[in-house]
Amino acid sequence: MSLYTLHYDVPGDDFTRAGEASGDVKAQLKKLGFDPGTVRNVVIALYEAEINMVIHAGGGVIDVEVEPDSITMVLTDHGPGIPDIELAMTEGYSTAPDNVRSLGFGAGMGLPNIKKYTDEMVIDSTVGVGTVMKLRVNIKE
Amino acid sequence: MTVKELAQKLELNFLVEADADRQVLSGYCGDLLSWVMSRAKEGDCWFTVMGNINCVAVAVLGDCACIVLCENAVLDDDARLRAEQQGVNILQSEENSFNLSVKLGKLL
Repeated sequence: MSLYTLHYDVPGDDFTRAGEASGDVKAQLKKLGFDPGTVRNVVIALYEAEINMVIHAGGGVIDVEVEPDSITMVLTDHGPGIPDIELAMTEGYSTAPDNVRSLGFGAGMGLPNIKKYTDEMVIDSTVGVGTVMKLRVNIKE
Repeated sequence: MTVKELAQKLELNFLVEADADRQVLSGYCGDLLSWVMSRAKEGDCWFTVMGNINCVAVAVLGDCACIVLCENAVLDDDARLRAEQQGVNILQSEENSFNLSVKLGKLL
């Protein structure tokens, strides 16, 4: 049962707005009184995933569900898809273009960071169709 | 030590003075945003040469006390605007991150 839901449209290729959804989720969770550790885990994972959407997929949508014992984030895009998820999960592996690297991204830390800061990470990706990433962070007692 | 006190002691210039009474608890150096995002702690003074809008997002999400642009690295106009909107302190120094870190370490 969801206690609270949030929805965001993430524009693609607009780095001036990248991170807006994560910033709002952080503000909402703080307002709801979640402990800083849980909030930190959620926003680090969500920011990385949001940035990936902007860099690689031309944007997408984010849905966040706050449940009694966990926070679930579902990121859906219609980008090119991930041909080799295992390779993409390798720390240091990146397909980010040079213009993105010059902004300080593209270190190949995104997906590993997401895995590190979530309790569940499921990627469903089809080349040419898009990617759905489901992330869950358990709420700390 | 507040950000304002840090600015005085390290001779930093405020580019965005948003919350100068914010406490500086520790420091972090880095330019790769994902790396900083996952490792910087609340209250850190973040030394970097990256002055784009995404750094402001990382500082906000990571709860950094301030960003210090080392070696007179440039702050983009949209980053300045976002920092003002989101209350992020941004300072600048002609010194590099090593020298500034040594000085900060002696103050903490």
